[in-house]
Amino acid sequence: MITKDISQSVVKKDHVDKVAGQLPYISDVKMEDMLYGVLFRSPIAYGKVLSIQYPTLPEGYHVIGAEHIPGGNFVKILVPDQPIFANEWVNYIGEPIFMLVGKELKVLYQLLDEVEVEFEEHEATYTLDDAIGKMTDVMATHEFGESLQSIEKIEQEAYQIIEEEYETGYQEHVYLEPQGMLGIYQEDKIQVQGSMQCLYYIKNALISALACDDDEVRVIQSPTGGGFGGKEDFPSMMACHVAIAAQVVKKPVMLLFDRSEDLVVTTKRHPSKIKYKTALDKEGNILSMSTEVFLDGGANTGLSPVVLQRALLNSAGVYKIPHYHAKGYVLKTNTVPNGAFRGFGAPQSFAGIESHMGHLARIAGKDPLEYKRRYLVKQGDPTITNGRFRDPVFMEDMIEDLLETMKYRETKEEFTRFNQQSPRYKKGIGTSLFLHGCGFTGSGERDHIKATVKLLKTKEDKVLVKISNSDMGQGIFTTLSKIVAQELNVPYEEILFPYPDTKDVPDSGPTVASRTTMIVGKLLERAARRLKEQWQSGAEQEIVEHYVHEEMIPWDEKTFSGDAYPAYSWGVNMVEVEVDSLTGNVQLGEIHASFDIGKAIDERIVKGQIDGGMAQGLAYGFMEKMTSKQGKIQQRSITDYGPPTSMDIVHIESKLYDNPYAGGPYGAKGVGELTLIGGAPAVQSAIEDALAVSFYQIPITPEVIIESLEKREGEAVDKI
Amino acid sequence: MIKFKLNGSVVETDALSTVRLLDLLREEFDLIGSKEGCGEGECGACSVLVNNLVQNSCLIPIGALEGAEVQTIEGYSQTPQYQVLNECYATSGGVQCGFCTPGMIIATEALLSKNPNPTEEEIREGISGNLCRCTGYNMIVDAIQLAVKKGDGLW
Repeated sequence: MITKDISQSVVKKDHVDKVAGQLPYISDVKMEDMLYGVLFRSPIAYGKVLSIQYPTLPEGYHVIGAEHIPGGNFVKILVPDQPIFANEWVNYIGEPIFMLVGKELKVLYQLLDEVEVEFEEHEATYTLDDAIGKMTDVMATHEFGESLQSIEKIEQEAYQIIEEEYETGYQEHVYLEPQGMLGIYQEDKIQVQGSMQCLYYIKNALISALACDDDEVRVIQSPTGGGFGGKEDFPSMMACHVAIAAQVVKKPVMLLFDRSEDLVVTTKRHPSKIKYKTALDKEGNILSMSTEVFLDGGANTGLSPVVLQRALLNSAGVYKIPHYHAKGYVLKTNTVPNGAFRGFGAPQSFAGIESHMGHLARIAGKDPLEYKRRYLVKQGDPTITNGRFRDPVFMEDMIEDLLETMKYRETKEEFTRFNQQSPRYKKGIGTSLFLHGCGFTGSGERDHIKATVKLLKTKEDKVLVKISNSDMGQGIFTTLSKIVAQELNVPYEEILFPYPDTKDVPDSGPTVASRTTMIVGKLLERAARRLKEQWQSGAEQEIVEHYVHEEMIPWDEKTFSGDAYPAYSWGVNMVEVEVDSLTGNVQLGEIHASFDIGKAIDERIVKGQIDGGMAQGLAYGFMEKMTSKQGKIQQRSITDYGPPTSMDIVHIESKLYDNPYAGGPYGAKGVGELTLIGGAPAVQSAIEDALAVSFYQIPITPEVIIESLEKREGEAVDKI
Repeated sequence: MIKFKLNGSVVETDALSTVRLLDLLREEFDLIGSKEGCGEGECGACSVLVNNLVQNSCLIPIGALEGAEVQTIEGYSQTPQYQVLNECYATSGGVQCGFCTPGMIIATEALLSKNPNPTEEEIREGISGNLCRCTGYNMIVDAIQLAVKKGDGLW
């Protein structure tokens, strides 16, 4: 079909196969002679491997270890500190030491049990607090903003200084499809296929590990059952494992995680501690603010330095704070490495700043939303890195509209009356205001990614989209095909978009950072426009487009100054809760959400991002709890961890604001990550409103609620 | 030898009675529509109908199936009810990554066959054994509500 307005929804390209269950995810693939791999993982958090006793292996079973790696023994990400197989030292529980490969999984698990490894244990750093106490292993640090001396001067003259510490916990992706990767050996070449977000990250990691040429490795994406960032960096390690094994045994090798292995050893959202020091005048107005962000990087650097950048860039939220200073660190602990997760550092920062601003509002005797609105950034305002918010900002309109739809004032009054009469159940309403910088930070797109896209028109006049981005459920097969179809003015069904294969597609960059629709979509829009101009019916034609950087205020990564992002998406969430003060249970009430994402390429797909992202964000605030004890992740099953079921979530009333961005296709900006960011702070603000208690952490689980209520009662008794 | 009905045909297997139904379906019968998301009965991705009730096939030892009637997504996709669900899931945007979807469809059938006119609360309860991490469930709930209307008389 040809739609008039690109936002009009169409049936997704992969809908039919997915509903029928006949799309082969990697665990559905079987090959002749295929072997399985299982990993022997470190049972200790930090120490030296002294000796390994392998069991007697039956015929056809092999040990694959560091000695089989032709290239460097590290997974190529940013820093070469993540071994493919631990050599001498192990740095976290679950670190792979070697892999056993053979035909029967049952036999492999039995053999794993018979392995004997002698370790020399060393004193490990288990928690972020331990690491902050030591400050010895700093993986990355940045500092920017106004000088601390001038802030100190302001503080000396202030009416009061408010200092707060805020903590956020782990978040686990729980993509429904566990990680899986298959390595295939074919005539001196290696092919890897599996569940992934970033084909060329994997390809580059393979070239490094196999010390081979570009044309000797090939990466193919399988249908991917959810990613959320969990399949951004982690799959590169699995790809190295299966590729090395396949090269040694010269047979296909499959590595599939079951859920408990996936929960315990894969990357998670960084736990964080954020410290605020804010100077206020007598009326509670902000005079200055300095922020310190600490991220628990886990045992390897991975993507943590980039996560820290985004955490810092969002540390002042959507506010124009006079005299702002920020500093941040990624600290090493002997725990499972943390990595990419939808929002990439921003959810921690927004939870923190929204919480802090809410608390400052109480000190000033104001409604949190009213207080926050005083500091809202406007079009033309500088960012905290002296960039500019150069496009229209509709936050005020979005807030005004929501106040009316939700009958904010009346609802608040009604809740106050309800709470006065109800000793057990308490109702509250909370708001979060947030943004998301779209695409890579700073000049990342120009200097590191350098995206290229290709359109191929066949003799039959069919058009194929050739890019390296993954559809992992977010629907780019559909949205990007729509962009191309609209430009060419052909029915969307005529655009073909097969699962990408590096042999066949150029590097259009990874599927991350809310960049795919905005950056890659724009390149495809341009390619389609050129194809239309040059269209020759019956001829095979190829159009290639490269990323062109839009020069803004140049970004300087050393000083952290300039435009950190080309564009921003914006959001407002309003959430009602009812809290049972006896059990600490929180029940969601009405939820309203407004977003400015430029222009929706497909309204239904965007709504899917809103509902799914908000469910994850809300649950991050009050449900999902993952803990590590002595370096060991304690939640080994989905139920232990507690992601929301259909019973926990309620209808979400959402609204989109058109605010076309010239740098995006049809004006589109990023969507995927934005939708998660506001959930946790809105739910915290609502729980605080219900109970008239301040919280300094997420998730606010029933235990946290009960504890804080008991503490408040204790304080009340003390006062008497 | 265990004998039961699978998607309408009588099948026999000499696999051990302790083998999980999920493995039998995927390994012996090449029916890949039932997915393994957890292996512990928590996620519902492996849902099948056993005597018209929704069950996690990862928790069923095949010894328990003697004489039973099992329907997987492959069998169910041949029914007119499936066609309605397929269409309604598309119109309502109930499918993202697709990994939970076949199980969700099976749970929907189990719900509607017992209660053709469920309230929103009953729908949420009906699919509460099936996890979805992409959609936040609401568009799946919408799909089922739409199916109730469109499938008038089918359930």
